[in-house]
Amino acid sequence: MREEELLEAIERYISGNMAADERRAFEQLRLQNSDVDQRVIEHQQFVGLLKQYGERVELENRLNAIHSEIDVHTLVEEATERPVWIVQLWRNHHSKISVAASIAIFAILGTLFVAGSLSSKSGYIELRREVDKLRTDIRGGKYRNVGQIAKPAVLSSEKYRGTGFAITGNGLIATNFHVIEKADSVYVQNAAGKSYRAKLVYSDPNSDVAILKITDTAFRNLGPVPYTFKKSESDLAESVFTYGFPQDSAHYDDGRITQQSGLNGDSIDYQISVPLNPGNSGGPLLDSRGNVVGVVKARLTQQQGVYFASKSSYLLAALDSLAQDSTIRKPILNSKNTLSGLTRSQQVKKLRNYVFLVKVYAKN
Amino acid sequence: MNKESKIATPTDSEIVFGILNNSESAIKRLYVAYFPMVLQLIINNNGTPDDAKDIYQEAVIVLYNKIKKGDFELNSKLKTFLYSVCRRLWLKRLNQMSRYGGDLKDFQEYVPVEDEVEDQNERNLQFSKMQSALGMLGEPCKTIIEDFYINNRSMQDICERFGYTNADNAKTQKYKCLQRLKKLFFQQK
Repeated sequence: MREEELLEAIERYISGNMAADERRAFEQLRLQNSDVDQRVIEHQQFVGLLKQYGERVELENRLNAIHSEIDVHTLVEEATERPVWIVQLWRNHHSKISVAASIAIFAILGTLFVAGSLSSKSGYIELRREVDKLRTDIRGGKYRNVGQIAKPAVLSSEKYRGTGFAITGNGLIATNFHVIEKADSVYVQNAAGKSYRAKLVYSDPNSDVAILKITDTAFRNLGPVPYTFKKSESDLAESVFTYGFPQDSAHYDDGRITQQSGLNGDSIDYQISVPLNPGNSGGPLLDSRGNVVGVVKARLTQQQGVYFASKSSYLLAALDSLAQDSTIRKPILNSKNTLSGLTRSQQVKKLRNYVFLVKVYAKN
Repeated sequence: MNKESKIATPTDSEIVFGILNNSESAIKRLYVAYFPMVLQLIINNNGTPDDAKDIYQEAVIVLYNKIKKGDFELNSKLKTFLYSVCRRLWLKRLNQMSRYGGDLKDFQEYVPVEDEVEDQNERNLQFSKMQSALGMLGEPCKTIIEDFYINNRSMQDICERFGYTNADNAKTQKYKCLQRLKKLFFQQK
């Protein structure tokens, strides 16, 4: 039997178009010849698959036709989960909200920064005295001594006051950098009320030390300073005192070294219990034997009784640098202490001529 | 449209008998009634409306074949069955696309339909092989085969359409075409 005839027979057999005897004969052949049997089954399956395929294609077309009638867009709108309004608000506007939030954060940080709250030195104020304030205080009747109002200069007027003290007898004066920071010109006034013009010869903002030199021709040598400068660090609880100009006349106060480091562990400073006020800045801190152990400079506003002075070693370091950085020769420091052994009041009396009121003039 | 279809949700037996009786409207009503449910499932689980259409049609075909085969046992609602099949299919699809985050958001209860989905997968594979075999077959073979085996046309019709002088020629041609189709079909992996 030829292939083609066999196939035709199989098709007729499957479709049931065979006459009864032919069918019997074919079934006989299937039983005898497993090859033919195989062919029948295979053909049946293949044609079945073909038919199913046709049906599937047709069904898909019908479904597509149905689908095309559906308004999918509207359904999508309805099927999309409506999140709660706050989530929706966030999704729709999150970029705007983010921008607004960043601006708010920046504004807050900026304000805090400007207000100084973020500075690690919060509540730390340096104790130069602002003269405008002084003036209003005087007008307010707090002080009787009206005659001491600073006279404004033509271009610049007196802005700040601090204290300074002689390093050597020839007019080298130590004070704080923050006192003379904004100065156009600086005058120092001695206990007798005589002012001398001075110029800045060295400053170190880091240790807050400034060194002035009296340039005034009227200035006469002071003679050797009565105190010496302590190179080593002073001990905790050591009795110390300062002498300076928080007001217009000299002012004495004493206390002890309460901590050997400053704010946040700053090793430049001592913490002391000597009460300081604006104007004290730049004044000497002396121990009971008449050694200069530091330069007083600041206090905390938010804690009572916390005051700061920079250590004398930094002043000495500044003097070393001064010699390197300027034409001034390295000052020969007094090694003979004439204060030791004296009572405190005698010591202070001796100090009088060596501690100055520093007046700082600056443009308005 | 959605609201109307909600009102006119057909009963399950209506659909089953409709499909068994080859009713065109039954399948349409079925399709329209449950598409929104599947759309909701798909688009809320990382899918597009087109994905929803593919998945849903696949599921409707599974259901259709199941009903046609006569072994659809009403142990679950048609709705639940459709949802379950779609859910299963979409999970598979998400896994294939590696888009599955491990957490499918569900909107309906569902029943296990792994077997049905596997069967369907198997059949789809066969059909796609058949489709590409037919595609490669070329004309006039393709049309002859389709007309005879799928559209159930008589050899007489086919003879006339293709201008064969006698039925024997047409039969020889059809035989050759079928042999080639089989060859193409089984060649594919």
